[in-house]
Parts: sequence; structure tokens; C-alpha cells
Amino acid sequence: MNALSLRNLTKTYRNGFTALRGIDLDIQQGDFFALLGPNGAGKSTAIGIISSLVNKTSGSVHVFGHDIDTHSAKVKSCIGLVPQEMNFNQFETVQNIVLNQAGYYGIPRHLAIASTEKCLKQMFLWDQRDMVSRRLSGGMKRRVMIARALVHSPQLLILDEPTAGVDIEIRRSLWEMMAQVNQQGTTIILTTHYLEEAESLCRNIAIINNGLIVEQSGMSELLAQVNKDYFVLDLAQPISALPKIEGYELELIGSKTLSALVNKEQSLNGLFQQLSMHHIDVLSLKNKTNRLEQLFMGLVSE
Amino acid sequence: MNNFIAFRTLVIEEIRRFIRIWPQTLLPSVVTTALYFMIFGHLIGERFGDIDGVSYMDYIVPGVILMSVISNAYANVVASFYLRKFQRNIEELLVAPIANWVILLGYVCGGIARGMLVGIIVTATSLLFTDINVHHWGVTLTIYILTATLFSLAGFVNAIFANSFDDISTIPNFVLTPLTYLGGIFYSITMLPELWQQLSLANPILYMINAFRYGLIGVTDIKIEIAFLMTGGFTLFLTIFSLVLLHKGIGIKD
Repeated sequence: MNALSLRNLTKTYRNGFTALRGIDLDIQQGDFFALLGPNGAGKSTAIGIISSLVNKTSGSVHVFGHDIDTHSAKVKSCIGLVPQEMNFNQFETVQNIVLNQAGYYGIPRHLAIASTEKCLKQMFLWDQRDMVSRRLSGGMKRRVMIARALVHSPQLLILDEPTAGVDIEIRRSLWEMMAQVNQQGTTIILTTHYLEEAESLCRNIAIINNGLIVEQSGMSELLAQVNKDYFVLDLAQPISALPKIEGYELELIGSKTLSALVNKEQSLNGLFQQLSMHHIDVLSLKNKTNRLEQLFMGLVSE
Repeated sequence: MNNFIAFRTLVIEEIRRFIRIWPQTLLPSVVTTALYFMIFGHLIGERFGDIDGVSYMDYIVPGVILMSVISNAYANVVASFYLRKFQRNIEELLVAPIANWVILLGYVCGGIARGMLVGIIVTATSLLFTDINVHHWGVTLTIYILTATLFSLAGFVNAIFANSFDDISTIPNFVLTPLTYLGGIFYSITMLPELWQQLSLANPILYMINAFRYGLIGVTDIKIEIAFLMTGGFTLFLTIFSLVLLHKGIGIKD
């Protein structure tokens, strides 16, 4: 079953700007899906329409088979949203923010209290439950929004740049939490500018640019399209000039550091042999290829 | 059931909000109205003599009580809903499966609660200066609730269209306060020249103040039936208008 189906979805704002030009998208139940695109591509507009924050111009949206136009309440009940920007009451306590959201979803008080406790503990916020939200750190505020989005046990969780502006430690802990939530059966849609985040977490991907979907496939299939690897080689002795080596793109990036662009069909042994012939010893090498970034840049710059 | 839980959550949240900041929400009206009673009612009023057979103090008490109900019901909804827009936590409501009428009812009930609570406190304050023997409980309570409802709705509409904090203070300062003062709190419109009497009839607050005054002390310049018709009509209009705005997402979506 599809968790989400979009058909010919368009959005033109009152100022005449067309953010979506007719996108089609299917996301399977249980998927961890990356929706990527540059700033202004239409990601947040699409998410806004799916989560009822933005009125669409035309097209259809179905969430777990429910039509957003005719069964809006059912669609809303299925979705949990973690928006890009902080959007909770800065004067309210952490616990009340989550508890009130449960109330808005019609969850009876005793169940809401239990669910709030569970979500706050899952997000390591239980000790801060009585703290006024404006006093929290940036990472904690992000986690409050995730706890709030999870309190009604949504089947589809939409994360709009959930790790923007947080340090690497918190980002990694958020990744673990997201992976855990997905393993429990929740379908997740993730938008992010950290492409390594999408690469490591998501199974399927769509790239949106100028209001159109320019690529949609499985993450592994997409990454398989990358046909060049970028290596950095640490040398034993310094060299002053690059030797002439046939078939490989080399660059001297330091007296003891070389970079090499190697095609998929080429072997590293060949490179090492030729380097050896020029009396260059390699101490170590690192693969620095950012595969998704390479593809992403190619797709959005076309 | 879901809508009832959402409604209860909204109302409790609203009441908790204005109780938590009671020095800003409940106290000012008490201080202001106590000054009105002392200066206009007690010091100056004693020199005025009676109006329509009642003392000046007794004459102004209903209007002053209702003025505090109007300003507090309005202020509660306009401030609370606009703050929700400003902090973007209006999105908490928009993503949730709450019917638009529940959102409206929740905010209006929050406004009614504050308006009525302040009205009760001001009434208690007035008892320090005069005695009140209610003339007609039914009229008094009905117009009391209807007025709080009407101005809660008006505050909601103001908040929907507001784009800045200036926008939520402009209407209360330049429309609501003048209309309230010109609505016959401190005088009977029969004391005005004919032209001003006719102009006063275009002020909706005049009808509420007169109906409330009739309920409390049995004195009015306006027929009670007309007063109820006008107040009820405005309430119905603003209810429908608010629901249309919510349905279209004006001021809160896009």
C-alpha cells in the first residue's frame, strides 16, 4: 500500500510564483524516503500541502488511500509533521506542548499523558518536561518537535530538515532516533541538505528542482549511477611535480598528497603499478567520493 | 468525541494562559473601573443628580461592567490567536484533525471565560460603592454572555487579518474604545441633540449597554427586543464570517 500518492500536484502562490508544476510521487508504506532539492525547489510547499498547511492549486493527494479533499481529518490523523522552523509556544512547558498536541488529535487525557511520557523519554527530554521551551537548547527544541509529532503515533512522519543547525553529536543521535522510529513501522519522509544523512538513512529518493521531480528511484540504484571514485593518496616521500600517468586524472594537492579520479572500470592496481614505476610509494588512501552529492549536483544543474 | 477533546484542550489552554498572567489580564480592569466608580460615580456623580430616576453611580455601573467584559473578551482572543500566528504554533492546530468550528468555539469560549471573570470581579468591586438589586436575571445573564461572545468573535476576526502587533492594537484603540465610550456608559442618549441621538443608534455597543442596564437596574433608552435582535444579529454575522475565513485559510495559510 502507498503511504503517500501525489498526482499532478501544482501550487501557484498569490504573488504568481509557481512552486510546484505538476508532481507525481508514490511512497510505499514503511519506507524511509528522501525528498531532496535545492532551496526554493518546492520541497516545503509539497510538504505544506500534504500536511494541510498550504492550499494546493490543483492535483490530488492521497495518504494511506484517504483523499485530502474529501477525508481531510483522516489524512491529518495519519501524519506527524516536524517542520523546518520552530513552531511551538515559547512560553509553554515541554510536557504541555506535547500533551496539548495529543489533545488536538482527540486523544483522551489518560492516554495522552502516557503517550507524552513515552515520547519525551524516547527523545531524552523527560528530565526537561517542566522546563519552559524557550530555555531549551537548539537540539532539544528539535527533539520537542519530534516528540510532539510522534505523540499521536502517526503512520507517516514528515521531517522537514530536522537536523538543520544542530551539531554533529545531536545530529547523529537524531539519526538513530529516526531509524528507530522507522524500524517500528512508521513511514518517514525526510528532506535535508545534508546529503550524507539521506544516503545513510533513506532507501528511496526523489529529487525535486524548479517544481518538478527530476529523479525518483531507489537509493542504491541511484548511487550505482556514479561512475567515478575520488581517492586521496598519502605519499611516503614528497614530490615536486606530477608524473605522467596514462588513463588516470591526478592532481597534486600537497607535496605529499595526491588526488586521483578513477573510473569504475579502471583498477587501482594499475594506478599503484604506474606510481611505483615512478618511484612513488603510497602510504595510505581514502575514498572521498560524495556519491549522492555528485549526482545531486548533476541533476539540479541540468 | 475527538472534537470534544480538542475543544476542551483549547479552552483549558486558553484559561490557563490568562490565569497565568493575571496581573496583565485580570488586574488592570479592576483598577481602572474602581477609579471610574470613585471619580465619576462618587466624586463627580453626586453633583449630577439622578438620571431616569436612579443615582448617577447606579446608572453607570452596568456600562462600566459591560465595558470591561467587552475589552477583555476582545483582548483575550485577539492577543492569544495572533500570538499563535506570530509564533507559528497555529500550525499545531492546522495539521491536527480539528474542525474549524471547534477552533473558533475554543477561542471564543476562552474569550467568554476571561470577559465574564473580569465582569464578575468588576461587579464585586462596584459593590464597594453601591448596592445592586438585579431587575431581570434572564436579560442580564443573556446579554452578558452574548456580549462576551460577540466581542470574542470580533477579536478573532481582528487576529485573522493582523500581520503585526500594531494591527492588534489599532482596532481596540481607535474603534472599540471610542464606540464603547459613545455607547452610553456615562449618559443617556436622550440627553443628546437629535442628530447625535440618531448617530448613536448606529453604534452596536449602545444596544448591549442599554439591555444590560435594563437587566440590572430596569432603565433603558432602547427597546429590549431590538437590543437583543441587534446583538444576536451581529453575533451570527461574525460567527459565519469567522468560519468562512477559517475555511478559506485567510490569514493563516500560504
